[in-house]
Amino acid sequence: MSLSQQEVDHIARLARLVLTEDQKKLYREQLSSILDYIAKLRELDTRNVPPTAGGGSTAMILRVDEARPGFAIQVLLKNAPTAEEEQFKIPPVFE
Amino acid sequence: MSDLTDLSVTEMRAGLAGGKFSSRELVQAALDQISKFDAALHAFLHIASESALKQADEADQNPKPDRPLDGIPIAIKDVLMVEGLPCTCGSKILEGFIAPYTATSVQRLQEAGAIIIGKTNTDEFAMGSSTENSAFGATHNPWDGARVPGGSSGGSATAVAARYVPAALGTDTGGSVRQPASLCGVTGLKTTYGRVSRYGLAAFGSSLDTVGALGRSADDVALIFSIMAGHDERDATSANQPVPHTNFEADVVRALKVGVPKEYFISGIQPEVAQRTRAAIETLKDLGAEIREISLPHTEYALPVYYIIAPAEASANLARYDGIRYGPRVQADNLWDVFFKTRGQKFGPEVERRIMLGTYALSAGYYDAYYGQAQKVRTLVQRDFEEAFREVDVIAAPTAPTTAFKIGEHVNDPLAMYLEDVFTLPANLAGVPGISFNVGFDENHLPIGLQLIGPHFREDLLLQVTHAYQQATDWHKKQPKLAR
Repeated sequence: MSLSQQEVDHIARLARLVLTEDQKKLYREQLSSILDYIAKLRELDTRNVPPTAGGGSTAMILRVDEARPGFAIQVLLKNAPTAEEEQFKIPPVFE
Repeated sequence: MSDLTDLSVTEMRAGLAGGKFSSRELVQAALDQISKFDAALHAFLHIASESALKQADEADQNPKPDRPLDGIPIAIKDVLMVEGLPCTCGSKILEGFIAPYTATSVQRLQEAGAIIIGKTNTDEFAMGSSTENSAFGATHNPWDGARVPGGSSGGSATAVAARYVPAALGTDTGGSVRQPASLCGVTGLKTTYGRVSRYGLAAFGSSLDTVGALGRSADDVALIFSIMAGHDERDATSANQPVPHTNFEADVVRALKVGVPKEYFISGIQPEVAQRTRAAIETLKDLGAEIREISLPHTEYALPVYYIIAPAEASANLARYDGIRYGPRVQADNLWDVFFKTRGQKFGPEVERRIMLGTYALSAGYYDAYYGQAQKVRTLVQRDFEEAFREVDVIAAPTAPTTAFKIGEHVNDPLAMYLEDVFTLPANLAGVPGISFNVGFDENHLPIGLQLIGPHFREDLLLQVTHAYQQATDWHKKQPKLAR
């Protein structure tokens, strides 16, 4: 199956990626050939097969939902591209 | 003192306890080996010389011989966090990021006395089979510098093969410990899903990701495994299962049933790979194992299942890299453009491809046809293993269809690269453990790995069988001749 240019634009937008025209062209070709390969899965009749969501052979183990000490704010802000006082600083959300 | 770098973990321990050498000498020997050869091989993204030497001095001044890794240098794949050290995941989107805490797997090694010598190279976010997808440049195979070491834990496999360190941590989502172990001629263990905590591991495919160990022998890998395995309440997928001691005294091979899946010896596989792995299986037979041909009928579907599930999970996991809380930010006038530009400019092509693929597979109108169908076929792949393990104790097969390929050979053909993992992906889909170890060489003197796959939580059995093979042969002792 072949992806259209509009589909590539749409996926890139959903994925929050700005791509150059060259990248869009390349990914369109490459993803189309990968999707062709993946289409092999349709050969199988899976009407009576339950889906597997996880990789585990045991159930997830939950702990009691109680508050515990977390990281100090200043420790986490050290990796922030921009911060002010005790907050991440970002460009305006609304124009 | 260059011989120090040839020592196994066990030999280092004995030498330290007997006062033959100090931890500083071990760490310095590792650093010297790295400075000699890593300009050419590029196994490391970050070398923690200062902290490693400091910790070595502490270990020398205050030795704690009851700790199994006291004063011994180890390397960590750069997707696992070590507090105070960079963690880039091989990506520009985490350039400059300093880990604020330590992964549980690493912390347990440190508590056992291990000294972290540095962070090893990886395909960006562990997505790849050659380490060429690292944003900071490829790693080169120690057996032939023009070839890839495999991936994504190619830095760790190279660090072990090149005698920088006796052991290293890697991660395996689709073969990323076993395949580089095969291509570099070392021993690499992919653990059971949930066996080793993933707290502090940058998430890629959350239903597939596992933390594993690479070393030069089953003994060393077993030691590292036993220290880092076991329940961790900070990881909700961590299994609350006891970790059995790996008993190397037991003669497990004598009563062992080994299944050889016919689907793993397909045309297209490099003939020498088939020959050498068959010969290794014969060795197991000579040691007393019973060999049976088995079938894993859905093997050919594992790759398409994987390339829906892993990218789908990755597209969700990598949504967090948005230039707001950590990593570099590409400045823009509004928040929306910060997301688009930061991600578009800082992610590399393979990561973008997988995010796009995963986003597509999860998008409205396609979810059932792709993701839903993949989840169902995943069940069929799991059932193949369940049925096989009713009949046999372990499965033996090639780790990878080829030996190390040339750098650049597959970069323009993502699908050809994906096919490198065709024999390793099924174990990830089923969550079962696997191990790869060297069983010989091809005509270019490139290593060939045999893969053993076992039932859930039977790493001990895989390690025992590997150990038995390594007692009977000396392929695992072969060393590359390193070029500067």
